[in-house]
Amino acid sequence: MSIDLSQFKQTFIEESDEGLDVLESGLLALDSGTADDEVIHAVFRAAHSIKGGAGTFGLNEIASFTHVMETLLDEMRDGRRAISKEGVNLLLNSVDVLRELMDAARDDVAPEMSRANEVQAQLDVLLANNDGQVQSADVSDEEQTGSGVSNSGSEQKGWIVKFRPHEHMLRTGNDTVRMFKELSSLGDMENSADLTTLPEFTLMDPELSYLSWTITLKNNEEQGDIDKATIEEIFEWVEDDCDLTIEPLFEGGLVETEIEPSEPVENVIPVAEAATISDNVKPIEEPPVENTSTERVSPKKKKSSEGGSIRVGTNKVDTLINMVGELVITQSMLSQMGDEFSMDKLEGLREGLAQLERNTRELQESVMRIRMLPISFSFQRFPRLVHDLSQKMDKKIELKMTGEQTELDKTVMEKIGDPLVHLVRNSLDHGIESPEIRLAAGKSEMGTINLNAYHQGGFIIIEIVDDGAGLPKDKLLKKAIEKGLVSPNENLPDEKIYDLIFHPGFSTADQVSDISGRGVGMDVVRKNIKELGGNVDVTTNPGKGTKFTIRLPLTLAILDGQLIRVGSETYIIPLVSIIESLEIQTENINSIAGTTEVYKMRDEYIPLVRLYEVFDVKPETTRLQDCLLVVVEGDGGKAGIVVDDLLSQQQVVIKSLETNYRRLDGISGATILGDGTVALILDMSGLLAMAKEIEPVRSYANA
Amino acid sequence: MPKSILAVDDSTSMRQMVAFTLKGAGYQVTEAADGQQALDIAKTRTFDMVLSDVNMPIMDGIELIKNLRALPSFKFTPILMLTTEAGTEKKMEGKAAGATGWIVKPFNPDQLLNTVNRVLS
Repeated sequence: MSIDLSQFKQTFIEESDEGLDVLESGLLALDSGTADDEVIHAVFRAAHSIKGGAGTFGLNEIASFTHVMETLLDEMRDGRRAISKEGVNLLLNSVDVLRELMDAARDDVAPEMSRANEVQAQLDVLLANNDGQVQSADVSDEEQTGSGVSNSGSEQKGWIVKFRPHEHMLRTGNDTVRMFKELSSLGDMENSADLTTLPEFTLMDPELSYLSWTITLKNNEEQGDIDKATIEEIFEWVEDDCDLTIEPLFEGGLVETEIEPSEPVENVIPVAEAATISDNVKPIEEPPVENTSTERVSPKKKKSSEGGSIRVGTNKVDTLINMVGELVITQSMLSQMGDEFSMDKLEGLREGLAQLERNTRELQESVMRIRMLPISFSFQRFPRLVHDLSQKMDKKIELKMTGEQTELDKTVMEKIGDPLVHLVRNSLDHGIESPEIRLAAGKSEMGTINLNAYHQGGFIIIEIVDDGAGLPKDKLLKKAIEKGLVSPNENLPDEKIYDLIFHPGFSTADQVSDISGRGVGMDVVRKNIKELGGNVDVTTNPGKGTKFTIRLPLTLAILDGQLIRVGSETYIIPLVSIIESLEIQTENINSIAGTTEVYKMRDEYIPLVRLYEVFDVKPETTRLQDCLLVVVEGDGGKAGIVVDDLLSQQQVVIKSLETNYRRLDGISGATILGDGTVALILDMSGLLAMAKEIEPVRSYANA
Repeated sequence: MPKSILAVDDSTSMRQMVAFTLKGAGYQVTEAADGQQALDIAKTRTFDMVLSDVNMPIMDGIELIKNLRALPSFKFTPILMLTTEAGTEKKMEGKAAGATGWIVKPFNPDQLLNTVNRVLS
């Protein structure tokens, strides 16, 4: 029987990802000295599980690499080795190597071993430093093995096994009958029991073993000679629970020997032990053959893990099943009513439908919740990042996180990772000052970065707060004037000045460092966050610190929208983009350069976008005074969208246009409304860009 | 009546592999993710055999074996440890706690099945 192990490999790799996270965070805790005993155990257990699984599932590079790590961790766990900074850093590097190896395994390609070999060599060096005892223990075992397997007489006919179980052997679940059965399957067996030790019936405890046996096992012709190791294997589990001798049986009959309890044990242990040791030290030697060959010979690259799996708490699944149960009940109630409907049941029907609606809504909510993961998935990389970077920069920084259990959509989480890293790096690099400067400023040497997450309405708020120097207002302003973004005599409010850091191509770092300033600017961070339907803002307090606040929708699958009508078409504007809606006063309309219409709203002039022109649909009217204006904010600033009517506000489920049709400018997706019609969801940034391109050929007469 | 086996391992992939292999051979398998879970299940019913990982969070394999042996219905049930421990130390600790025997990781499905068949034959 052969079982395809590859089906479990993916699960193994996923759980190893979690194991590696445990390893990493544990190591970081050890490094900062905040660890208790349980931490080193958890770290060891994680390495241990990875090693065991990797060996089982044929990932031998990982198994042998983890084995070295485990040895080091084992010594640390037992207190045989001090937990040094050097050791921890090396182990952290090892975690990185393992991640690379896991990635290779995930994609089913042969791993790149150069870094692994390098780190493994370093681990070996560290291990060789003070582990005399471990080495010598191994050696002595092997020596014993050499002497253990010895005699095999030429005229030997079989074996004589003398077996005296200790009283308590049965209590380990080892059944003598099973062992005899196995022995008898090896050759011709004769068995005689010694009953002399049996106590009187009334004194007998049925749970104890009183007998001893002498078993003669003769080689027979069909099965060939019996190996001593095979017999020892049968008794492997009970070697400490019995007195056992296995003597060769010679031509003439029995060779009389006394059972000596202490001696035979030595005979048996080494072989069993040696087998175990070699199993563990070099799992490479016996890889499941089919597995390795497919891995090596055809390193086909699997599609990357975009469509990967998701781990869902059982409570969520239970809720879901519960809901479906209720839905089924409602459905059967309704169908029963349909079978024998009469007008007097109308009230019941209404109730049933209301219940159906409630069930559907609850079901929808629970399904959405399945995609929700705690933000700790995203936060967990930061302790390592902060640890590494602060070492590199000679800064002392403590990372504090709150609200790690706050949940958000998996897709949002995946996309917020990079912007978050950028912001944290930024705080480390530009925010927190060096220890000397901090001390001089009367602050504590240790800087702090707080990562906070919490829910607010239908949004998740993520804050990155540092207690560093704050943003340099004058420097920002100077730079902005230099770049021509701001005119020198303009009087900007503070928050506008700070907001300049999100402007494209705006970096105040005097020199581009290794840490931040890798060409990805804060403008990209803001852009990425906006693409998720969120926003990022900064507030700062000179000398005290800076706070970035990210606001993200909990999910990308549902959107709060304002339904609008143009002619017979219904469109949806995301509520987050809308600033206000108003009736158009004709005296506020102006036209610039004869073509672009602008609307004066308080002190601002905002361009008008006639939606029917952009999408080429027939409007109810082209007279602006009969239309309504929805003022929105997109990437390129504010604009006024001219619409025929405002309909309701509602939550809509977003359907991708790309997968069902193709990408369209100015449209981010579609949804199906209650009456079954399809409505397009407008993408403000795209729409405003489109509107700029259209130079409308319009006579002003109809205004 | 198929023989029933309680498989205990905190690693999902290992548990799946063990369960899949044994189910394929006609055994009825119940899974538990740590010693405590296993013990809770064991208090409600009997099994023909227990296979348990040693290193587990919450309650490890050794502790589980001690607890199982204290239950009347598990006094003589074969309990095998699935262990990667290099030394005999853990094995001895397990034996002292009442383990029947062990299967050394890494093992392949055939090895697992051979051992289980041998014990349950």
